[in-house]
Amino acid sequence: MVTPVSPKQFRLPDVGEGLTEAEIVRWHVQPGDEVEIHQIIVEIETAKAIVELPCPYEGVVTELLVSEGQTVDVGVPIITVDTGGDGAAAQPGQAAEQAAPEQADAPAMNEPGTVTPDQPKRQPVLVGYGVREGATKRRPRKGSAQGSANGAPPPPPPPTTAPVALAPPAQATAPKVPAQGSPQPVDNGLPLAKPPVRKLAKDLGVDLTAIVGTGPQGSITRDDVQAAQAAQAAPQAPQGAREERVPVKGVRKATAAAVSGSAFTAPHVTEFLQVDVTPTMETVKRLRDLPEFADVKVSPLLLVARALLTAVARHPMVNSSWSDGPDGAEIVVKHYVNLGIAAATDRGLIVPKVKDAQALGLPGLARALNELTAKARAGKASPADLTDGTITITNVGVFGVDAGTPIITPGEAAILAFGQIRDMPWVHEGELAIRKVTTLSLSFDHRVIDGELGSKVLRDIGDLLADPLRLLAVSP
Amino acid sequence: MTIDSVRGAPDTPGLAEPELVQLLTPEGERVEHPDYPLDLSAEDVRGLYRDLVITRKLDLEAVALTRQGELGLWASLLGQEAAQIGSARALGEHDMVFPTYREHGVAWCRGVDPLRLLGMFRGVNHGGWDPAEHRFHLYTIVIGSQTLHATGYAMGIQRDGVLGTPSAGATIAYFGDGATSQGDVHESFVFASVFNAPIVFFCQNNQWAISEPLERQSRIPLFKRAQGYGFPGIRVDGNDVFACLAVTRRALENARTGQGPTLVEAFTYRMGAHTTTDDPTRYRLKAEEEAWKLKDPIERVKAYLVRGDLADAAFFEAVDDEAKATAKDLRERCLVLPDPGPLTIFENVYAEDHPLMTEEQERFAAYLASFEEEAS
Repeated sequence: MVTPVSPKQFRLPDVGEGLTEAEIVRWHVQPGDEVEIHQIIVEIETAKAIVELPCPYEGVVTELLVSEGQTVDVGVPIITVDTGGDGAAAQPGQAAEQAAPEQADAPAMNEPGTVTPDQPKRQPVLVGYGVREGATKRRPRKGSAQGSANGAPPPPPPPTTAPVALAPPAQATAPKVPAQGSPQPVDNGLPLAKPPVRKLAKDLGVDLTAIVGTGPQGSITRDDVQAAQAAQAAPQAPQGAREERVPVKGVRKATAAAVSGSAFTAPHVTEFLQVDVTPTMETVKRLRDLPEFADVKVSPLLLVARALLTAVARHPMVNSSWSDGPDGAEIVVKHYVNLGIAAATDRGLIVPKVKDAQALGLPGLARALNELTAKARAGKASPADLTDGTITITNVGVFGVDAGTPIITPGEAAILAFGQIRDMPWVHEGELAIRKVTTLSLSFDHRVIDGELGSKVLRDIGDLLADPLRLLAVSP
Repeated sequence: MTIDSVRGAPDTPGLAEPELVQLLTPEGERVEHPDYPLDLSAEDVRGLYRDLVITRKLDLEAVALTRQGELGLWASLLGQEAAQIGSARALGEHDMVFPTYREHGVAWCRGVDPLRLLGMFRGVNHGGWDPAEHRFHLYTIVIGSQTLHATGYAMGIQRDGVLGTPSAGATIAYFGDGATSQGDVHESFVFASVFNAPIVFFCQNNQWAISEPLERQSRIPLFKRAQGYGFPGIRVDGNDVFACLAVTRRALENARTGQGPTLVEAFTYRMGAHTTTDDPTRYRLKAEEEAWKLKDPIERVKAYLVRGDLADAAFFEAVDDEAKATAKDLRERCLVLPDPGPLTIFENVYAEDHPLMTEEQERFAAYLASFEEEAS
C-alpha cells in the first residue's frame, strides 16, 4: 500500500502536559491531498481541549491510519505522508519521525531499529508521555549508557542486587526454589531481580511478587517477566459478536458522572400532573402570527418555560441548591434563573442554559431557546453556555413519551419533564371532549423542597398551561 | 453569579477607559503625544516591522512544533509582539533584562538564538544560557520572582556608582498582569522605590492570568498601583510598538540617570492560549478576541509603512521570506537538538569538584553500565 518513495508516519503527539490519549474529531485531509508543513490536518480532542494539529511534513497524504471518532494513544501513527524525493522536507521530517517515538518512550533514545509494531500498551504516568509497551522492546541493552537509564527511575533495589550482575551463570542447576518452597524468597520479602528486570516488569505491568524466579538464587529473570506478561495477556481472547463494548467517553462519560452523582446525593421525589393544554396550543398558534415572533420558532416549550419561570418567581425556593459548606449545610436560593434546556444532540445529552431567563420577555426567551438549542446541537455551545444552571426543563415529549422521572442537574433543586402532547379524551366543561393533553413531571431534591412546595409549583405550572392568560395575570 | 457580583460591585472605577499613551492608532495613523515625542526614520520603522513579523513567525513555529510533539510546552506571545519589540528596542547595551518565560521577542532583540529558548521546552536542557552574554537573564518560570532579581541587580548597578555616566545601565523586569498579585512583585516595588533603584517594571497586561481576568486581579488599573509605592506608573498601548518604544526609552533613561523606577503597563492582549496546554475557549469569549484582533500590532505598522510610502511590496515580501526561512531554520535545528546524557545532570551543579557529587556520579555511571552487562 505504500509506494517505494519515502512515506512518513506522523504519530499522535502529546499536545498537553502528560496527556496519554486523544480522540480524532475531524480529518481535514484525505488520501491523495497535498499537504504542506504546518497545514492543519486534523482536529483532536484531548481531556483538556480540542486542538488542531499541523502537519510536520510536506508531501501527499497516502493513508489516514485512524478514523474519526476513534480514541488513540499518544505515539500511535495516525497518518502517512509521502514526502517524495524532496530532500529539504525529508531531512527534518526524518528527524521528526525519529524524535516522536523516542520522546514517547524516553529510554529509547539511541536505538532505532528496535521499534516493533506491537500493540501499544501504556503505563500511565503523571506527566509526560507515559511508557509505551514498545519502549520495553528494546531493553536498555547495548544502548550507550546514556540512553538506557534515562527513563528508568532507579528502583530502590535490595542492596544485594548490584553484585548479582557478576554472579556466575549457574542456570544449569536451575535452583528453582529456595528454602521453604516460597516462591518469593529473600528475607525482606521482596522478590529478587536486577534493576533492568525490575524496569522491564514495571514497563510491562507485571507484578514481580507474583512470579517464581528461575534465575540464580531464585531471582527473577527477563524471561520470567516476559513469560508472566504473555500469560497475563493470554486470557484476552477475542469476544464473540454477541456483545459489543462501547467505550464510555466524552459527553456520555460526563453525563454518567453527573446523573449518578445527582441521583445518589439528592434524594429525588417525582410528582406527575396531567394537564389539558389545548389553550396553550392555541396561544402558541396565535403567537406565531405576531410580528414579534416573526423570525423565531414558537413551540409549546416556550410557554412551558415561561410558566416555569412564573412559578419560580412565586416560589423562589424551588430555584435553589443544597450546599454543604464548611459551617454546615445551607440552601442557596437564587434570585436569578439560568434555565437549562436538556437537548439530545449527536454528542449526547447537553443542557445549555438560558442565562437570566427571568429577565427575558417572551420573544427574547423564544430567541434564546432557539439559539441555545441550535448551538448545542451543532456542538458549538461554549462551556459558559453549559454551566451555572439553576433549574432545568427536559422535553421528553419530542421522543413520543408521556412522562419520566428526570434526574436533577447537579447543583440544582428541581427539574421539569414535559411529555408529549396528544389528543386524549378529557372532561371539559362537564362533557367528554377530545383535548390536547400532556403530562408534566417534576423531580425535586427533597432535602430542599417539601412535597407541599413541589406540588404547589407543579400545580402552578399546570394551571398556567391550562390557561395561559393567567401568565399575564400573575406576572410581576 | 459570583462574577456578576464582582462586576456589579460598587467603586470599580478603574475599569473604565484608561489614560493610554498611543503614538500609532490601530488604523496605522501616527499621532503625537506631548510627553513622548518620537522621531523614527523609515529605516527604523522597517526594522521594527521586521522584528515584529519574524518574532511572530518564530512563535507560530514553536506552537506548531509543540502540536507535533516536538516541544513539551510553549507559551505563545501572539498579540504581544509590539510590547516586547518596542520595549526591547529601547534597551541599550548596558541594560539588563529579566524576562518571564514568554519574552521571545525581547530575546530576539537581544540577539539570543531562538534555539536556546526551545531547548528547555523540548526538555533537552534546563534553559540555561549565559545571561551576561546578551544582557538577558534566564527565562523564569516562577511567577514574579524575577522582579526581585531585577531589583537586586538594579541596586547593584546603583552601588557601582555608574548612574548618570555614559556606561550606566538600567534593568528591566518583565512580568504579566497575573504576577502583580504576587508578593514578590510587591516586595520588589517596595525595595525599588525606597532605594530609588534604576529599574523599569514592564508589565504586559494581556488581560488574562491564565483563566483569571484582570478584574479579578485589581480594582484599579495596574499602572496606578505605582503611585502607592511612590514612583511613576504609566499605561501604554501595548499593541503600539512606537508608543512602547518611546515610553520605555524614557523610563530607562530616567533609571540610568538616577531618577528611580517606573512601572510601565503595556495594555495588550494574549491572542493565543496561556500555554499550549491551555484552552482559552473555556473561559473567554470569542467576541473579545475579535475585538482585539482589530488592534493587531503588526497590521498597524504595515498600514503606516504603506500609507507613508515608506516600504514597497518587495520589502514586505522580503520580510515574509526572511521570517519563513528563519522559522524553517529554527525548526530544522530544533529537530536535531541532541538529547542530553543522563550523566549531564551532575554537571553545572557546583562550580568546582565536589566529593559527594563525584561519588554519586560514579555510582550512577556504574549503575548505567550494569544495563550493558545484563543485556549481553
